Formats: sequence, structure tokens, C-alpha cells
Amino acid sequence: MSNKIQSFLVTALWICIATVVFAQEPGVDEIIRKANDASYYAGRDGRADVKMSIADKKGSTRVREFSILRLNAQGKDQKFYVYFKAPADVRKMAYLVWKNAGKDDDRWLWLPALNLVKRIAPGDKRTSFVGSDFLYEDVSGRGIEEDDHVLVKTTDSEYVIKSTPKDAQSVEFSHYNIWIDKTTFLPLKAEYYDKNGKLYRSVEAKTVETIQGYPTVTEAVASDLKAGSSTKNVFSNIEYDIGLKERIFTERFLRRPPREVTR
Amino acid sequence: MGSKVLVLTIVCMWISILSQTVHGQDETVLDRLGIDVHGFLDMRGGIRTQDDPYERDTSLAEVRMQVDMSKISDVATLQVRADFLYDDVPEDRDIDLEDGTGEIDLRGANVLFSPFSIVDMKVGRQILTWGTGDLLFINDLFPKDWQSFFVGRDEEYLKAPSDAVFVSLFPAFANIDVAYTPRFDADRYISGERLSFWDPMGGSRSGRENMVHGDKPDGWFEDDEISIRVYRHMAGCELALYGYNGFWKSPKGMDRQTENATFPRLWAYGASLQGPLGSGLLSLEAGHYVSDEDESGKDPFVPNSELRLLAGYEREVAKNLTAKFQYYLEYMQDYGHYKASLEAGQKARDEDRHVLTLRLTKLVLNQNMTLSFFAYFSPSDEDAYLRPMIKYKVTDSWLVMAGGNVFTGKEDHTFFGQFEKNTNVYAAVRYSF
Repeated sequence: MSNKIQSFLVTALWICIATVVFAQEPGVDEIIRKANDASYYAGRDGRADVKMSIADKKGSTRVREFSILRLNAQGKDQKFYVYFKAPADVRKMAYLVWKNAGKDDDRWLWLPALNLVKRIAPGDKRTSFVGSDFLYEDVSGRGIEEDDHVLVKTTDSEYVIKSTPKDAQSVEFSHYNIWIDKTTFLPLKAEYYDKNGKLYRSVEAKTVETIQGYPTVTEAVASDLKAGSSTKNVFSNIEYDIGLKERIFTERFLRRPPREVTR
Repeated sequence: MGSKVLVLTIVCMWISILSQTVHGQDETVLDRLGIDVHGFLDMRGGIRTQDDPYERDTSLAEVRMQVDMSKISDVATLQVRADFLYDDVPEDRDIDLEDGTGEIDLRGANVLFSPFSIVDMKVGRQILTWGTGDLLFINDLFPKDWQSFFVGRDEEYLKAPSDAVFVSLFPAFANIDVAYTPRFDADRYISGERLSFWDPMGGSRSGRENMVHGDKPDGWFEDDEISIRVYRHMAGCELALYGYNGFWKSPKGMDRQTENATFPRLWAYGASLQGPLGSGLLSLEAGHYVSDEDESGKDPFVPNSELRLLAGYEREVAKNLTAKFQYYLEYMQDYGHYKASLEAGQKARDEDRHVLTLRLTKLVLNQNMTLSFFAYFSPSDEDAYLRPMIKYKVTDSWLVMAGGNVFTGKEDHTFFGQFEKNTNVYAAVRYSF
């Protein structure tokens, strides 16, 4: 065989071996990307009813109920429509968010008492969502490019990843660990460590069901270990690929809530 | 007094009857009819912090029950929202659904439906709001209730209901809203019934003993109002154009013969732009008020035309703390003619009235407590109006709040300075159902 063909075959062989080796386990970036897709981008669109029970350390509970519509738009952009049903003083208020990947969100609030669509300034995504232990970022998703991810352990059923923020000043945690299910790629648990390295917050998926072929978290709990409070989210009436139109995520439908949220 | 208590009692009984479980079944009568009922019971009281020779010491003493009923069907949504009010402050008044006096204030009674795919219509009594200002209004010429606003009622009550047909069109190039009010809906203006004010004719403060009674144009379809907004979202911003044809909303004019306050004709047009700037939200708005009945500005009994500008910026400054800052300008046209037309001794307003506002909102205790502060300050008028407020959600149903309305000013005749004797503090308890 000529030298050229020989070296070509050797290179080809190495490429094959390398592909086989790397195909055994995905790289950390791929795991994180798949986990992000499974959590926040399942299907073309989706809806769910959410019941949020917030318990403080004394045990008294507050309940928030809302319906949420989600649409995957261009690229990693998304649109959300949140329609509140309880408690009574926020009933029929609605929240519209256009998530722009890599930029600030566009947000609007519908105030039924004033018949007013009010545009609101984008806020810190690590702020509590409606006073619960879930943060705005937990609901809309954290950009995967914001942290450095390292695969620390692989078990039979899970990948354990340690994520460290690229901009340490922008967040209140020093790092967090996530346990991702190997088959569904859903994050099952996340534990957050503060600037002193102490565990202060955890988010866990308690129940996972498969709905229309998509693995879905139907019960999740977020715990604030410092404050001693916890919030349980129960998701019901989950549907995917219902054919939501992009025009629903506009002012018109804040004034005239679509059937998908009011029923 | 008797009729007030009776109305309240009847309503409470009716609500509890309708909520009773239909015998033997899980559904209530309301569930069967597909009617959704919610509302609140609000008790609030307030007192002046200084003497006002023209008014009572009590600024606020009321029990209000709001009942909001709605029925949603595939074809239309019906809504009725009524306030049943036991109000101890004013002298007994008859129920007037137009002015909102008496024991019943009908806040909403309308039907929302979509006759064509690109048209939505809401017909009946409804609250109408648009524009980008925060407690400042340029192109929002829908009726306002200044008395409720200054006296410590919930901010929601700054807007008074309109009886109108609201049509929204959604062609591809822009959205168009048209609000047609067949009979003029005036502001619930400061009449002196609850708040003392500056009487320009008398040259002094005035109140209950000399109340303002405006001559409201009340011809159906003859004295009508039309408001238009054309808006579009582009490049992350919202651009809107506005138009209005109707009347000045508060009785700023005067009839020479009868000496009654009047509502002169007005038409206005303007524009606004709102969009992200840095990590916050920028709002810009402008409007031109054309006083039809006195275009030259020479008539002392009709307000002059004005130009109004607004620039605002809102930003989250720390976790759970938002700040919004606004600059607002009122520029009176034909100022020379206005000054020449004043009578001897009458106080003149400035050609340029500048106003700055600041709103700070802080959420604490898991967002169950809101600390809010809104201030208007006019460097040109040298007066101010402050609205501090604390609100705490004790449980999902119970809410307590307390706040103040502080008026201060160097002069007695400027917009906020005139209300100096009305500075009050208030507290409220609300149960939502």
C-alpha cells in the first residue's frame, strides 16, 4: 500500500475508535443541553395548571394557583402566558413574558381592575416567583452558557454535574450540583451552595411522569434551608403540542384570556 | 343611614344564599349557571392631620363590598362588577350610577365578544386605561376619580368607569383601539365635598360651603367623546399614536352668565414610545391639547391649549426593589393672552409647570409585604404630594394596609399646594373572596 493510503486508513481508524469511545457517554455540554431541552423546551408548546403551596417555617401555608402556556419561538426564545386563579386578590391577573435568549426578557402585566396592560422593567431573575421558594429563573430557565459545567460523577442512573457561575457577582450562590437522570435527561435534584460553601437551597423533582411521550416533572419541591420554608408545585392537566399560536402571546389576549388558560 | 345598612344586608344575604350548596349536590347555584363570583370586603378610615376649616376632620370612613361576577362562554364574556358602599363622610346622596354617588357604584357591566377574527368589542360600563405615565396622564383622557385618589382609597379607584363601546381591530400592520363614549363621562372632580381646594374666582381656599357644580354636557350622541389609539410593537419597543375628541374632563371653564363651572370642548393628539434601555424601561409620551372654544387663548373663562411631555425610566435597583422616575411638563400656549385676561389680584399659574415623580416599591417577607412610596414634586410650583403606603397580606384572604396623603406647598394656589389642608393618614382591612 502506498504511504498516503496507509496514513489515510490509520487516521480513519483512529476517527472510528474515537467516535465509538466518545459515543459511550455524552460530554458534559451535551448532557446539560439535553437537560435544558427536556426541562424547558419539551414539545413545540405546552400548558399546565400549577398549584403552588408555600409553607413557612411555622407551618402556615399560602396557596397560589395559575395556568401557564408556553411556546417555543425562534431559536432558544420562548413565550410564556401565566394566568392567576388564586388567591382571590390576584385572580385574573396575567403575566406575559417574551424570553429572549441571552438578553433581558420583555414582560407585561395585565391588571384587571384597571383594564391595563402594563409593561414592566426586566428584573433580577433570581428573585422569588410570586413569593414562593421557586425563583423566576426556575420557571423560565437559566441560560446554560452562564455557568461552567463539570461532570463529577456518573452512576448507573444519573449524571452528577457541578456548575459554577461565570459571573460570580451576578448570583448569590458559589456553585450548584445537579443530578440528571440518564434516560430522561430531566434534572432530578439541584443543590445550591452559598458564598461560604454552605448548602442553603435545594430543588427536587418528586414525581416524574411521561405525558404524550415527554418525560415531565409533575411534582417539585423547592426548599430554602436558611429560612426554613419550602414550596411544593403540583402540575396537572399537562398537555403538549396543542397548536398554540404566537399571536396569543400579545396584548389582545391579555384583555381576552384564551380558553386554554381560563377553563 | 337606614338605606345604606339595608343595601349592605341584602347583598350579604344574597351572596350567602347563592353560595349555599344546592341540596344534595356538590355544585353551588353559581357553579350550575357557570357564573364566577369573587370580590372583597374593605373597611377603611382616615383622618386629617391638621385642621381644615372647610371640611370634616374625618377624611375617610367606609365599608365597601365589591362583587365581581363573570360568565365566560365560547361566544362572549359577561362581567358585572359592583361596589356596595356604606360611606360616612359625605352628606347623604342619592344613588347616581353615572357619578358613583350613593350606596352603589357600578364599576363594570359589559360584554366582551369577537364579531370577526380581527375585531374584539367590549360594550358597556368598563374602566379604560392606556398611556405610559405612572399616575400622570397625557393621552389617557378617560375619567379619573381625583377625590378617591387623594383621600386614601385603593389606587384602583383613581380610574372612574366609562360607559362606552371599545372596539379593538387587529390588522397586520398595527393594532387599533377606538373608545366611543356616547355621553360625556367627566372626571369625578374635586368639588369641595371631601377636599378643600383653591377657588380662583374667590381668591381663597374653599370647601363644603361653596361646592363646585359643573354643568356637564349630557346630550346622548351630541355630547359624545371618541378616543383612538394606534399601536405597534417593533424592535422591542411599543410605539403608539393617540387622538381624542371631547371635552376637558374637569370643569375648568366658566359660564359668565350663570357663573357655573363648565367643561369646554377639547381635542387632543399625541404619541408614546416605550422600550428597554440598559437594564430598565424607558417611556416617552407627548400630547397637544387643543382648547377648541378658545384657540387664541384670550378667553379667560376657557383654559388655554397646552403641550404636555413626559419622560420616565423604571429599573430594578436591588433585589425586590424597583424605582421609577418621571419628568413631566405642562406648557401653556398663548401665555401672554392668559396673563392679560386675568382679573386684578387673581393668581397666575406658570407658563411651564415642571413635575418630577419618584416611585419606590419594595417587597419583603416573601413578597407578602409591600412598602411603597410615590412622590410628586414640582420645582416650578414649589409644591409636593407624597403617597407613602404599607400593605401586608396577613393570609391569602386578609390584607391590612396603612398610608398617607401628604400635601405641601409654598403657595396656596398651586396644583398640590392648594390641598395642603387635606393631608391625611388612613388604614384599611380587606377580606378577599
